[in-house]
Amino acid sequence: MATKKRPKLAVWKFASCDGCQLSLLDCEDELLAVAREIEVAYFPEGFREVIKGPYDISLVEGSITTAHDAERIHKVRRMSKTVIAIGACATSGGIQALRNFKDVKEFARYVYPRPEYISTLSKSTPLSDHINVDYELRGCPISKVQLIETVSAFLNSRKPNVPSHSVCMECKRKGNICVMVAKGIPCLGPVTHAGCDALCPTYNRGCYACFGPKESPNTGSLSRWLGERSGMKDKDIMRSFRGINAYAEPFRKESEAHE
Amino acid sequence: MNKTIKLDYLARVEGEGGLTVRLKGDEVVDARLNIFEPPRFFEAFLRGRRFSEAPDITARICGICPIAYMMSSIQAMETGFGYHVDGMLRELRRLIYFGEWIESHALHIYMLHAPDFLGYQDVIKLAGDFPEIVERGLKLKKLGNDIMTLIGGREIHPINIRVGGFYRVPTKNELNSLSDRIKWAREAALETVRWVATMEFPDFEQDYEFVALRHPEEYAVIEGDLASNKGLSFPISAFEEYIREDHVKHSTSLQASVRGRGAYCVGPMARININFEKLSALAREAASEVKFGPGCLNPFKSIIARAIEVVHACDESLRIIEGYQMPEMPSIDLTPRTATCYGCTEAPRGICWHRYRVDEDGTILDARIVPPTSQNQRAIEDDLLHFVRKNMALPEDRLAWLCEQVVRNYDPCISCSCHYLKLKFERDLDGDI
Ligand code: SF4
Ligand code: SF4
Ligand SMILES: [Fe+2]
Repeated sequence: MATKKRPKLAVWKFASCDGCQLSLLDCEDELLAVAREIEVAYFPEGFREVIKGPYDISLVEGSITTAHDAERIHKVRRMSKTVIAIGACATSGGIQALRNFKDVKEFARYVYPRPEYISTLSKSTPLSDHINVDYELRGCPISKVQLIETVSAFLNSRKPNVPSHSVCMECKRKGNICVMVAKGIPCLGPVTHAGCDALCPTYNRGCYACFGPKESPNTGSLSRWLGERSGMKDKDIMRSFRGINAYAEPFRKESEAHE
Repeated sequence: MNKTIKLDYLARVEGEGGLTVRLKGDEVVDARLNIFEPPRFFEAFLRGRRFSEAPDITARICGICPIAYMMSSIQAMETGFGYHVDGMLRELRRLIYFGEWIESHALHIYMLHAPDFLGYQDVIKLAGDFPEIVERGLKLKKLGNDIMTLIGGREIHPINIRVGGFYRVPTKNELNSLSDRIKWAREAALETVRWVATMEFPDFEQDYEFVALRHPEEYAVIEGDLASNKGLSFPISAFEEYIREDHVKHSTSLQASVRGRGAYCVGPMARININFEKLSALAREAASEVKFGPGCLNPFKSIIARAIEVVHACDESLRIIEGYQMPEMPSIDLTPRTATCYGCTEAPRGICWHRYRVDEDGTILDARIVPPTSQNQRAIEDDLLHFVRKNMALPEDRLAWLCEQVVRNYDPCISCSCHYLKLKFERDLDGDI
């Protein structure tokens, strides 16, 4: 055991809710086995000891919202062979990117009694705006299955098996009845990246796109459908695209078209 | 000689924080919990959203206790609009909330806090010497997650919780499928109580003011009035009158008295101190077996309080499942109205208080959220100060280790607290990566 050199894993946090890194501690069945294969070298949420870099894999949660973090992410990049962005915050700026459409100074005054104590950037941005990211895992939160698959793929120098089609496709595969067609429930499934196994429609609810846009989504045609068939007003369509992945480009453009 | 005990990055807490204790000669001059989690401005961007979006948005304040945020915002909207969701829908809400308690408490007891007491760096190292114990903890934690997943669709940021109820409700059989494992968990929780009670607790007590929800029939989780062990008792809508920290400008006499008393403490210790007699019989027995109960003022023993709450959560979950009948409708229909809406529920770490102003279309005009950890911050700092004062003679390493433990006693969730942070904000502490 001690003779075999285990790859080193680091887990970093930027602006986030901790949910994506919690997914790792939520792998209760796998945790002890994984820790035999991989050396958890830096993961302050769960581990006190810090083992120096460089690291083979860095999982990075959270978006960049401060000048200090904009520097820190470069340090993480320099110390890591592979950087995997985990979750909506890290891949699109997350829900905190709603500030990007407003005046962040007003936000600070609104929330904090002493706004002068707060130093923050006007935009919340994904890691890929700052560094070269080796892989992005979507979702708010990420899927545990995809997380384990991706880490083991990188450790074995193969491509992760993570499909890039839409939530709609997952529904079809599962044999779900379409909530939009059958019940007129507005659903962003047609433009949303797969990964959740069509969770919301399975629970009788429309998708709110927590996995962000799929590749080349036809947001315009979905908006027309939402307007004509579900009777949604521009304001509501705008809000639908301006959610957890508001700053992902296709969603940003579509929400701006309905402002 | 002046010295400083400083930890730039506090491990095994959720979120980013550090602590600093400054000593001048033999005098402790300052103790601080530094929080450098970047602000995310939830209250600001909630404005202009629909009331129905509040649960999914506020869930993202914290991935460790999303249900608490969802439930507090839901309660606010429903009561504000004049509705009360009852019967089985209410029972399901309590059940999924207990799932979060079990998960979060098991995580803290086994993975974050126990290593402190037993002198390990982390749970993996603990598992090296005590594999069965750690496996029990992980299994318990997973069961909490599975309760949340069954009802909520997933454990982190569940998708099946809405203002008015749920999108889809489980069948009786689906819930029954958890019964055997919850029965196992109840036993495991009892074992947990016995196990944590054997740990060595530093001799340290503080004269806390504990604040928790209180309910006439239940060990309050999803609704109640607020109460303290020092005589406070008020509806959640009066929160801002009674509970105000240093920033208060206008004040009533009642505010002044609270301000005069200073720090207060929320969470498992507060709940047990205020609501002990509402715990399930089994949980009370477990407590008396290890000689724990109301009146306990040693914050290190919060690990026992958490374990007892896990017994209660399992016990109640079983009771809910037994009496469950699938409701006909997964939710009630609601019409919004102009209102100021208040919600407050017991997150694993203590009360999570929300206030919204909503217009007649159901658009949120104004929001304020007070999470548990920001309420405990002053109590944490007071503990640090007094603890170091009392234990100056200890070797520095040992003292630093114990200081961390003092903070971890509160299971602080810094992701939660940061977005409403009133504490001194020290940017220069996070210079290192
Ligand atoms: S993507 Fe969602 S779950 Fe993950 S850290 Fe961000 S807010 Fe939390
Ligand atoms: S259906 Fe959409 S909103 Fe629901 S979990 Fe999947 S991606 Fe997220
Ligand atoms: Fe939290």
